[in-house]
Amino acid sequence: MPQEFRLILKNIDQSGFTNDLACYLRHGGYVALKQALDLQPKSLPDGKVQTGPEQIREEVKASGLRGRGGAGFSAGLKWSFVDRRSGKPIYLICNADESEPGTFKDRQILHKDPHQLIEGMVISCYANDVKLAYIYVRGEFPEGARILKRALEEARANGYLGKNILGSGFDLDIFIHRGAGAYICGEETGLIESLEGKRAYPRIKPPYFPAILGLYMCPTIVNNVETLCHVRHVITMGASAYAKLGTPNNTGTRIVSLSGHVKRPGYYEIEVGKVTLGELIHAPNFGGGLREGRSLKAIIPGGSSSKIFRAGEIFKLKRKGADGLVTNVDVDLLDIPYDFDSLQAAGSMSGSSAIIVMDDSTDMVKALANLSEFYAHESCGQCTPCREGSLWMSKALHRMTHGGARKQDADYLHKTATNIQGRTICAFGEACAWPVISFVNKFRDEFEARGVEDEVRAASQTGGGVPPI
Amino acid sequence: MSTAVKLEAKSVAAPVEMMTVNVNGRSVSVPKLMPDHNGKPVPTTMLQACQVAGVEVPHYCYHPKLPIAGNCRMCLVEFGLPMMGADRKPILNEDGSPKIAKQVLPYDPSQPRGAIACATPISPGMEIYADSIATQQMREGVLESLLINHPLDCPICDQAGECKLQEYSVEHGQATSRFVEEKVHKPKRVDLGPRIVLDDERCILCSRCVRFTRDIVGDDALGFVNRGSYNTLTHFPGKPFDNNYTLNTVDLCPVGALTSKDFRFQMRVWFLKETKSVCTSCATGCNILMGSREGKIHRYEPRQNDAVNSCWMCDEGRLNYKWIGREDRLKTVMIRRGNAPQVVGKWPIALAEISARLNAAIPGSVAIIGSSRQTTEELWLLAKIAKKLGAKTDTKVREGEADKLLVNADRNPNSTGARLTGFLTEKAGNNIRAIVEGLKVGSIKTLLVFGEDITTLGISSALLDTVDCLIVSEILPNATTAKANYLLPGCAHAEKRGTLINIKGRVQKFMKAVEQPGEARPEWEFLNELAANIAGHHRFVSIEGLFNAMAQDIQPLNGLTWSSLGDQGVTIAI
Repeated sequence: MPQEFRLILKNIDQSGFTNDLACYLRHGGYVALKQALDLQPKSLPDGKVQTGPEQIREEVKASGLRGRGGAGFSAGLKWSFVDRRSGKPIYLICNADESEPGTFKDRQILHKDPHQLIEGMVISCYANDVKLAYIYVRGEFPEGARILKRALEEARANGYLGKNILGSGFDLDIFIHRGAGAYICGEETGLIESLEGKRAYPRIKPPYFPAILGLYMCPTIVNNVETLCHVRHVITMGASAYAKLGTPNNTGTRIVSLSGHVKRPGYYEIEVGKVTLGELIHAPNFGGGLREGRSLKAIIPGGSSSKIFRAGEIFKLKRKGADGLVTNVDVDLLDIPYDFDSLQAAGSMSGSSAIIVMDDSTDMVKALANLSEFYAHESCGQCTPCREGSLWMSKALHRMTHGGARKQDADYLHKTATNIQGRTICAFGEACAWPVISFVNKFRDEFEARGVEDEVRAASQTGGGVPPI
Repeated sequence: MSTAVKLEAKSVAAPVEMMTVNVNGRSVSVPKLMPDHNGKPVPTTMLQACQVAGVEVPHYCYHPKLPIAGNCRMCLVEFGLPMMGADRKPILNEDGSPKIAKQVLPYDPSQPRGAIACATPISPGMEIYADSIATQQMREGVLESLLINHPLDCPICDQAGECKLQEYSVEHGQATSRFVEEKVHKPKRVDLGPRIVLDDERCILCSRCVRFTRDIVGDDALGFVNRGSYNTLTHFPGKPFDNNYTLNTVDLCPVGALTSKDFRFQMRVWFLKETKSVCTSCATGCNILMGSREGKIHRYEPRQNDAVNSCWMCDEGRLNYKWIGREDRLKTVMIRRGNAPQVVGKWPIALAEISARLNAAIPGSVAIIGSSRQTTEELWLLAKIAKKLGAKTDTKVREGEADKLLVNADRNPNSTGARLTGFLTEKAGNNIRAIVEGLKVGSIKTLLVFGEDITTLGISSALLDTVDCLIVSEILPNATTAKANYLLPGCAHAEKRGTLINIKGRVQKFMKAVEQPGEARPEWEFLNELAANIAGHHRFVSIEGLFNAMAQDIQPLNGLTWSSLGDQGVTIAI
């Protein structure tokens, strides 16, 4: 039976583990930092000398660590894009604006193990020559911000932060910035704008790639809470040992937020790709199966903006056989390994690793109306397609769930959503379009039936017209 | 040699690095770097490359003189890039041409991945499909989005006729709407400031006005509130939008959201005749368009001239036109003999009598107070007359506060001209005292006044009564015109042609927009006659001939002709 693999969550929820510094130190805290700061320059075979920070950057790259925020982009590669020759300061921002509906993993870290994040951040800052870092905490996490603030003060008071950290000569300060409650602040350039004190309007890329023109137009790294925590483990374990966790190209562990119609909703840390969607939902040590008498209808696999799967779907996925040959095999939805690449190959994504399970009691039109209302409310309104399209879709779905559906509404919604995706400044365009596109594609029958039903009723009420057959 | 010519010679000498891209199937060579909104050379964008290729890419938020926002998405275009092999070398077709990969969405290769032309730099071998079906579909989608919540009230909208939403809807939009939901409602008739009214329902949130006032004027006065489709343009609570450049936002607004309180509901724009002119409210000489209909001026708008005013003008200058159409404009020649009241006279009689009087005047007994609001040609003719008569000359100094953008402390539009023509032999204002003294002791017996009320210069009405002959040319009545022996009705600059030389030596011509009232005549015409009668000057029949002769006579203007000034003028060394 597949098991949890607790790396980030190792101490969290263990009895006696508290979120103060003393407890963290008792559990091996800040050892990785010491190790990182102690790294001596290393001579390479080509005669070049690699500094400690360069070694850390290489390790992170070699570990295969991919961003845990949503896009799953290689963290090491992201760091390598940073413009280190501009002469400007380099900033690091921890994205703690965890807002994707269904996602509740970063808050566990913030609330229960804040020093793990701080240690990961200090190592990452040391690796990238960062002297000033920020933690952008979403507005809805007042408690998390308070806990984090106290942890930062403890770290500062004990030499893990501030001037001359652990006697290494490395200076770093970290500040908390609290958002005011907007989903778009999780988009890294929107976050940067917000941090600069402006409306969180995402920036156009090009030219405003954070690695070159980020915070205050300086090179900037924006990493997710969980990603930064992983850096700590890459250092203690070493890149090659870390890379053995999970599956090739999908290394390490991930915290999955499981919600919806399962018996045991909650957060579970797994080796990436070692557990299937079905196991996450049905295994007694994970979701524990659906509620009694219910059957599976749909799965949103990676946060509410990822494309939905319909129960029973079969996907063609590439599999490496025992002979080393790669072949396309039919894989049932529930047999998809929960990792970055498989979900993408199946046409969706692991996103923020939030699984939302829906059983046969779910009204898909209502479910989509709910999601679309969220995205219409959260669109920043900067660029046209998303600003106008997100509310348009939400209004249409509101009408459909209030007795006014039309037969053509499936196409109406689909076209409106296709006009958004890929045409906006930031990925919010996809975030609001993908649920609509995928719900309509996968559950077109329900959307059309709703239209027929409402039109027949409307015709009978007005007494006019011929009801459709 | 003028500085402008020197500058051009320099820029020609610097080699311009070029790059070849393909626009709509045609190869075009474009500079690698082109100016951004500040004029700084930056990597050329797809939109600029298309402009070089003569292909228009529709856009709302992009404006060449504003920082790029990239928010309207109207300029999305389909594009392709040369395919690169593993060796980072281009993959070639069988015929040796580079293989091009049309860019598609990574998660849905059936859909094109458009790029906003306004902000995407070109790269070698890039192909831009500015008219492809995919590009057209993207435009159609954006326009559909812009229109669903738009009130579509064109019949009562001031912008109709010069509205980009209207124009692009016709060119790129759909004839019908799919939208069946309730529109978003937003504030109407918002009093944004003393000169601007905002209709938030019409606003397409392009942010041009926000960027203009923040980044160009330096007054961060406008912004958006609320989110998503409910986004609303507004000013800070309790702080009206009131700097000296607010009306530029009306020009910048691509739709009818921002309207000018002065102009709205006054005239349909398609009735307006546009005349190229120059603002006369200060020494900057902003290039303008006068919008007029049937002899009435309805508005001024800035006309782009990067050597002078970019695309902007100040509100004060823009609204300084109403005097032109005033009812009490001087319309007839008036003659007053002795202490009798002024009676209506005729041009030929007045000019003959003035010529005779001036020809008979003892040298030194005549003084001329001109105006630095007059055209260069008029000042040159006056200078000729003054020289012949040995007359003392002066002009009225007008000073105010300068700002960082356009407004110059010198509020006369042609102080440079007054100096260069030789009309002013001293610093402006220096001779007034001597003239007053001459009038008092009676050594100055004849006084010519052009376009100024000299009672504001320390010459009292009582003193004017003592002058033997007071010759005044004016546009509007004042205390000086009331005393004139010969009152010659002149023209506003909107009613004649001529040139002005701005504070930096830009020689600019302006054209005639409307007819002058009554018997008023352009000053250069009758000055030309007087100069011929008095100084034996050539009689010019056209402003062109007059300017060309003047340019030969005044060293810094040498080589210039009326036609060589073009629409934007020429900078001379001063």
